[in-house]
Amino acid sequence: MMTMSEFRSLFHNGLIKQNTGLVQLLGLCPLLAISNNVVNALSLGLATTMVMAASSGAVSSVRNFVPNEIRIPVFVLIIAALVTVIDLSMNAFVHPLYLVLGIFIPLITTNCIVLARADAFAAKNHPLHSVVDAVAMGLGLTLVLIVLGAIRELAGKGTLLSGIDLVFGEAAKGWVLHVLPNYRGFLLAILPPGAFLALGMLIAANNWNKARVARRVRHAVPAAA
Amino acid sequence: MTPQLQAALKNAARTATVLFVFATIGTALLAFTHDRTEPTIARGQLAAKRALLGQVLPAALYDNDLLTAEQSVPPDDLLGTRQPSSLWLARRQGQFSGAALEAVAPDGYGGDINLLIGIDAAGRITGVRVTAHHETPGLGDYIERAKSAWIDQFSGRSLTNPEPKDWRVAKDGGAFDARAGATITPRAVVKAVKSALDYFARHRAAFAAAPPSVKEKKA
Repeated sequence: MMTMSEFRSLFHNGLIKQNTGLVQLLGLCPLLAISNNVVNALSLGLATTMVMAASSGAVSSVRNFVPNEIRIPVFVLIIAALVTVIDLSMNAFVHPLYLVLGIFIPLITTNCIVLARADAFAAKNHPLHSVVDAVAMGLGLTLVLIVLGAIRELAGKGTLLSGIDLVFGEAAKGWVLHVLPNYRGFLLAILPPGAFLALGMLIAANNWNKARVARRVRHAVPAAA
Repeated sequence: MTPQLQAALKNAARTATVLFVFATIGTALLAFTHDRTEPTIARGQLAAKRALLGQVLPAALYDNDLLTAEQSVPPDDLLGTRQPSSLWLARRQGQFSGAALEAVAPDGYGGDINLLIGIDAAGRITGVRVTAHHETPGLGDYIERAKSAWIDQFSGRSLTNPEPKDWRVAKDGGAFDARAGATITPRAVVKAVKSALDYFARHRAAFAAAPPSVKEKKA
């Protein structure tokens, strides 16, 4: 079973220490492509988390039967099969949600973070730990996606949550926040270069913060130095 | 056979078996899911197509099942198509009452803009929808009905309303507005809609004379 401290350390790892978007820099292709507004970012983040949890759980459950030499092909097979099953089932049974997330699901297969977690963690750990790790990693990615989406949407269009009616129906049209009224728009932020610039700034801010914390720790414990 | 070779062969056979078992399970899982979801997905796609056609042709105009009245037409410069495209003939009580046709505006800012255009028997536009485009997000994408009502200004228009010389955007002295900052996109759409009307005018007699195909059903 899992202790509270293990649980906490897995989440700390996924959300901060090994954050896929800011630290491991894995899966940047969908991260950069989809983060042009908050709603897309949140949708892709949650879909990825779901696929990661399912694939890590599956990989971890069969890890003792898979010879080391062929683990990568087997993991790819499991992930691709799972993504396709999720894609087909969503298309058939939750069609409105599929219309929103549909284009993102095949994109998830291209996300190396799913395979990276399967190989680096799920292949060596208990299924429960693997699922928690995958969820934490997925949420870490979702968090970065949302921040990036918010920055780009705010700078590009002056709104937040535009397009939310596509997820929650017509009633949600009123939820769109026009943060900067009569804003003329800044196209660069919405186009791909804006994604690189904003992500670069986020990584820089994260590194600066890490360096600051490290300095403080050094000053606080001079004896340890 | 040396013991090493024997061990290697045994190992190879074992990994091959494991891989085979996983591939079989994966394939079976996919086949099962595909089998279970296919009818629902196909139904959903047909419903979506019917709904899209319903947006450009008002329901009162026809009583045939448009999806069964689909025909393929060869590429045509007036439609802007380089590949065969689809056309749906609307009929009411057996009489030709209009058509929905696929057209392409090849000169959008980001390349092709795919259009679905509904035209009634009198040559009046009943609706236009953009089905696919690569225009700049936030700038040229107001041609999508989901983003703005711009595309609605074509409804009720025909080759005589406005005059052919006014089938341009306002910036070029024509009758159709366009938003500042993105003129290339609406210019391409206006031109493509006008050409589609020309295409319709040229083929109208053939559409009206064409008997319903055997597979065509009532709605």
